[in-house]
Amino acid sequence: MNGLSGLVWELDGWIIVAGVLAAVSASLLGNFLVLRKMSLLGDAISHAILPGLAMAFLFTSSRNSWVMFVGASIVGLMTAVFTQWIRGIGKVDEGASMGVVFTSLFAIGLVMIVQAADYVDLDPGCVLYGAIEFTPLDTWPLFGWHVPRVVVIQGAVLLLNALFVGLLFKELKISSFDPALSTTSGIPAWLMHYALMTLVAITAVASFESVGNILVVAMMIVPPATAFMLTVRLGRMIVWSSAIAAIAAVIGHLAALWVPNLFGYRSTSTAGMIAVVTGVLFLLAALFSPQQGVFVRSMRQRLLALRILREDILGLLYRLTEKGEERSVSQGYLQENLLASGWETRVALWQLQRWDCVQQSPQGFQLTAAGTRTAQHLVRSHRLWETYLIVEAGVDQERIHQQAEQLEHFTSSALGQRLSDATDTPTVDPHGSPIPSPAVTPPTKRQ
Amino acid sequence: MKGRIAKLSVFIFSWALMLSTSVLTPQSAIAGESTASTWSESFASELLIAETLTDRTVRWPTWSQWRRVLLVQDHNTRIVMIGTGILGFAAGLVGCFTLLRKRALMGDALSHATLPGIGLAFLLATSLNYDGKSLGLLLCGAGVTGLLGTGGILWIRHYTRLKEDTAMGIVLSVFFGGGVVILGFVQQLPDGHAAGLESFIYGKTASMIGSDARLIGLTGLFCVSLIGLFFKELTLLCFDDNYAGSRGLSVVGLDLVLMSLVSLVTIIGLQAVGLILVIALLVIPAAAARFWTESIKKMLLIAACFGAVSSLVGAALSAVFPNLPSGAMIVLVCATFFGISMTCGLSRGVLVRFARRLITRRRIDRQHLFRAMYELLEDEHGESVPSYVDRPVPFASLLAMRSWTASRLKKCVRRAQREGLIQVAANDHLVFTHLGGALAEKLVHDHRLWEIYLITHADVAPSKVDREADRIEHVLDANLISQLEALLKFNRERDGMPGSPHPSQYSGSELADRQALGGGASLP
Repeated sequence: MNGLSGLVWELDGWIIVAGVLAAVSASLLGNFLVLRKMSLLGDAISHAILPGLAMAFLFTSSRNSWVMFVGASIVGLMTAVFTQWIRGIGKVDEGASMGVVFTSLFAIGLVMIVQAADYVDLDPGCVLYGAIEFTPLDTWPLFGWHVPRVVVIQGAVLLLNALFVGLLFKELKISSFDPALSTTSGIPAWLMHYALMTLVAITAVASFESVGNILVVAMMIVPPATAFMLTVRLGRMIVWSSAIAAIAAVIGHLAALWVPNLFGYRSTSTAGMIAVVTGVLFLLAALFSPQQGVFVRSMRQRLLALRILREDILGLLYRLTEKGEERSVSQGYLQENLLASGWETRVALWQLQRWDCVQQSPQGFQLTAAGTRTAQHLVRSHRLWETYLIVEAGVDQERIHQQAEQLEHFTSSALGQRLSDATDTPTVDPHGSPIPSPAVTPPTKRQ
Repeated sequence: MKGRIAKLSVFIFSWALMLSTSVLTPQSAIAGESTASTWSESFASELLIAETLTDRTVRWPTWSQWRRVLLVQDHNTRIVMIGTGILGFAAGLVGCFTLLRKRALMGDALSHATLPGIGLAFLLATSLNYDGKSLGLLLCGAGVTGLLGTGGILWIRHYTRLKEDTAMGIVLSVFFGGGVVILGFVQQLPDGHAAGLESFIYGKTASMIGSDARLIGLTGLFCVSLIGLFFKELTLLCFDDNYAGSRGLSVVGLDLVLMSLVSLVTIIGLQAVGLILVIALLVIPAAAARFWTESIKKMLLIAACFGAVSSLVGAALSAVFPNLPSGAMIVLVCATFFGISMTCGLSRGVLVRFARRLITRRRIDRQHLFRAMYELLEDEHGESVPSYVDRPVPFASLLAMRSWTASRLKKCVRRAQREGLIQVAANDHLVFTHLGGALAEKLVHDHRLWEIYLITHADVAPSKVDREADRIEHVLDANLISQLEALLKFNRERDGMPGSPHPSQYSGSELADRQALGGGASLP
């Protein structure tokens, strides 16, 4: 199987299906873990099921039995119970009690596996990063098809989780956001907590041998966190996280086949690659999400800063004209007075020239007619605000300039009119400078 | 500030020098060692054993094996013990600070984040024809991705609205996934037995050799001295980071120091206990030490001892039973310490807190009993008798005064009787002795003073003061009482017992009704 050319439906199709099912079922529950600030409990539970698995192996000597499934799920649930217990009785910080419980259980599991190694073939590595690549080899007959066992189990778990989230959506929501309110309205928050933990344990157990522990942990945290970057509604977050998990599973398997070829290796672990792909998706969402993306927000700030700089340039030029001093100034003068960097000023001036607000002559930059109109509007807002702050808000004279400087950039002409009405249509501001009359034609919208 | 930075840089530089010389110098030059095995040789023999030895059950070791380990006769055992002991010591110290900073699971995220570094270092080293299994190189790689992971957590927490736990979870799972991907590459190399790198996941002290132990020991000592240098600052950071910031310390810088300490311990713990269980060394000794003391210095000391002792015992057990993984054994010893501390800890242990609560409850019960007796006597006799000593009070009326069960009240009476405070007269009647009478007078006096204070100074309605005073009377100390007396211009010797500022709880007829009903009901 070299690269993507060797894709075979019977093999890769089933692997992708198993990956998607496991990823979506884990991310469904993960939404609530992330919202309840318990992301790491998923990690703890999936590590702690190891002794449950080992014990079940020791007793039944078999890999696919109900005993194993139930035993490991119970141990997983016990992790949550013990954590709560140590936290309550011993008054230990939650993170620490989780750390105590899951590492101890994991250690017990490791010791037991060494003991069990003679009887059953169980590799702790397999528990950690799974063997999703072997999915198609072990099939069960289902409706006349040979369906891989893993796909059947993962499908059942996905159905269970979807039913849980779908039927108890309201209860989960209320108990996640406000446990006290949920308990007083007759939905015991602790019951929802342990119901959720039970399903987390079941999901972790169901996935351990097919896709591995690491994929479960990644899928419980990363897709919900990615969805959290994209929306603020719980319903949409669940839909988004499922979609992201499914996409990551598909891309992850293809990448596991394709990426190693670039470096001259054969394929690598699908489960690990799916986790990496979700990480990449998270990074993209965190940077470029329309509302909350770090990059998007910083761009928005830059644009705002640029607009304010443009307006400050116009205001400065207008005030100079008003004083009857030289009407043309150099770029250096603007930079120095407005405390702006060189390239910012250059960009701002370039934009102002393009929009015909400022023109450049050999002496320097000066206002055009359109620029004067816009500047008039700005200076008018500034001076009206100063008047308003003194007359109506009782602010000290020394402090009004700073505040008006900030407010002037966010004042429409309608608001300016109301300010003017509220202060009895003044003609001079508190410093004695004349307030320009409102422009006949409103300034261009862009500024 | 400049002085501190200069001091720190000199300190770090000298340590780096020591570390590098110890790693680079041939081991025989430092200590004449009998076993001149290199990492890769011992590694290969390890693999050989694992492949040929199919029987992995635990056998009870012979006496000579026990003796060899207990008396530390083997050179190799000695080295392993020293290395892991210092590791446990350093981990205990660092763990205290992360626990108090409420970031106990930071080690979890960081240790997972080291896996891709180990794999990448191996790949790079082999492709450049170096020995890919040199511990120093692998740990350098681990350090690089560990730091990247730290940066990732800080970035997510600072720039998005995700909480710390999610940030740690994202870094943990994505980095570990990346590590698994890279291990997938490693497995395809001709000499890249991924099993070798897997010993970093589960820990394998047996494969430790002299230079490794020295590296671990020196790094551990470096952590310990760094903590010594920054003890005051780190303590301030853990207890009040706002105050630390206002004193001109850089909170972010101190957090970075703490995280680097965590990363260092994690990295040197990789070989001894493995990357999943090293978190246990960072969490459990500190959490266990918290049960024994309220002072940070003692806590540091206890946690370091727990860490060192459990590492030693765990490593020794794993040396005696070669088939038990060392990491798991160390963690299980740690967990035992935790269990003992949680139950028996002298400061916050479950038993101690239970006993403390029991003592308090008994004291409160006694105070309730005495006040109830006094008030009943007062209702009956008023000012007509000079003293309430030797005046009988029926048990049934006492039972009706409060919501206590008959058996609880009886136990309380029996205890007071043993101490000679009251006596049981005929027909289930109780009487005060002189001692008990004086105690009861003092209790009622304190209770009423507080009631009067609440009415006159806190504007609480007289009908409500009894409840309020009932809650606080058990913790009023002599100093507070004398302050109250001064404030209310009240003198016990001169004015005698203050009258109750509210009507008696039960009128005679009501009391009779309640007795008829069997008493024991809650307050009206």
